[in-house]
Amino acid sequence: MSRFSPYDNNGGSCVAIAGADYCVIASDTRMSTGYNILTRDHSKIYKLADKCILASSGFQADMKALQKLLAARHLIYQHQHNKQMSCPAMGQLLSNTLYYKRFFPYYTFNVLGGLDNEGKGCVYTYDAVGSYERVGYSAQGSGSVLIMPFLDNQLKSPSPLLLPAQV
Amino acid sequence: MQRGRSDVEELAEDESGEELLLSSDRSRQAHITSSSSAEASLRLAFAKFQSTVSAHSPMESNQAKPSLLASESDSQRTLSPYVTGTSVVALKYKDGILMAADMGGSYGSTLRYKSMSRMTPVGKHSLLGASGEISDFQEICKYLDELILHDSMWDDGNSLGPKEVHNYLTRVMYNRRNKFDPFWNSLVLGGVKKGEKYLGMVSMIGLSFVDDHVATGFGNHLARPILRDEWREDLSFEDGVKLLEKCMRVLLYRDRSAVNKLQIAKITEEGVTISQPYSLKTFWGFTAFNNPTAGAEGS
Repeated sequence: MSRFSPYDNNGGSCVAIAGADYCVIASDTRMSTGYNILTRDHSKIYKLADKCILASSGFQADMKALQKLLAARHLIYQHQHNKQMSCPAMGQLLSNTLYYKRFFPYYTFNVLGGLDNEGKGCVYTYDAVGSYERVGYSAQGSGSVLIMPFLDNQLKSPSPLLLPAQV
Repeated sequence: MQRGRSDVEELAEDESGEELLLSSDRSRQAHITSSSSAEASLRLAFAKFQSTVSAHSPMESNQAKPSLLASESDSQRTLSPYVTGTSVVALKYKDGILMAADMGGSYGSTLRYKSMSRMTPVGKHSLLGASGEISDFQEICKYLDELILHDSMWDDGNSLGPKEVHNYLTRVMYNRRNKFDPFWNSLVLGGVKKGEKYLGMVSMIGLSFVDDHVATGFGNHLARPILRDEWREDLSFEDGVKLLEKCMRVLLYRDRSAVNKLQIAKITEEGVTISQPYSLKTFWGFTAFNNPTAGAEGS
């Protein structure tokens, strides 16, 4: 009898790109397990706050639990501060929540997108245990290895150390 | 971690110390689910060691392990299922949900029990079907009975719909998985409330989703493709039953743990009807079956 595994990978990818005054977040809607498709219409995107949207791929039960936890924390924040949480604040909260379960992690690969306090687009990218970074664009999930090189090609500005081509 | 021990060894071992740890940990661990399931598991733990009343406080005060480590050395959880049910298949049709499950309870490779009803109504609006460990299904039914009872005791005119029951089951399954003590089931939850049809599934690790048609176990491999091809919106009752029977027939031919005695349940706004058990007609007279080794090497 195979050992009980508490994890499963339900596949899918999430992308987010930040612009000057906007942010675009996208994900696919397939939920799979092994070689089976469980459903073709399951959203991986969840709105946490007015200016903050979470997209996660990985194990969807952990994702659901994470969404509920963050939504509950956001409600408490709203009651205490009488305002919505900003995207950078939610970014820090998500990181702390993920690290809290460092020794039995949430198997989720998250991308948090939204607008920062100045109204500029912001994207935060995470690993499963909460290390995060603000970036201009990011992709997570099973397709990230295919999507990131494409985004790098289109969106990454060349390094100033790059020498101009010799004529 | 003591994963390799056989079940016989675990039963023979002195259970008092470990069971005490179990009950105190369970009472300490915070449940995200409603308190009724915490009470139920506490009651369970107490019922288990009624025979070992003597060894109480000395053990409890010494053991202060963090809950995660303690649950990993726990020997009381389901390491492998014993009596299992095979697939459940369900689909949405015009008036509600149709669900089919056979009545078999397998003990490993033996088809031991042939009258296990694996579907049950839940409250006024929902129908639950389960595959996997039958005893865990019976435990879940007890939890749900308590949930529905407490809901009706509010006497506020509101009753739990399928969406609420599905969410409750998801939380219960997820929290059990967090403690490395899962209910070894795949649950199918369907229902109708205020004209809205709902059909969802929960796996043993708390993975849940909704769809127009679902299937557990082998049904995922054999029935789902048929449903993807032939299901359409607003099936009539007869068409829905025919489609389900087609799926169940394929499962009967190809799933070794299927038995030819099934029930079909329907849930509509009016309520739940679970049919009497009946058998499907099968045909084994294919020429290829008559002499299967004809032309094979060495035949």
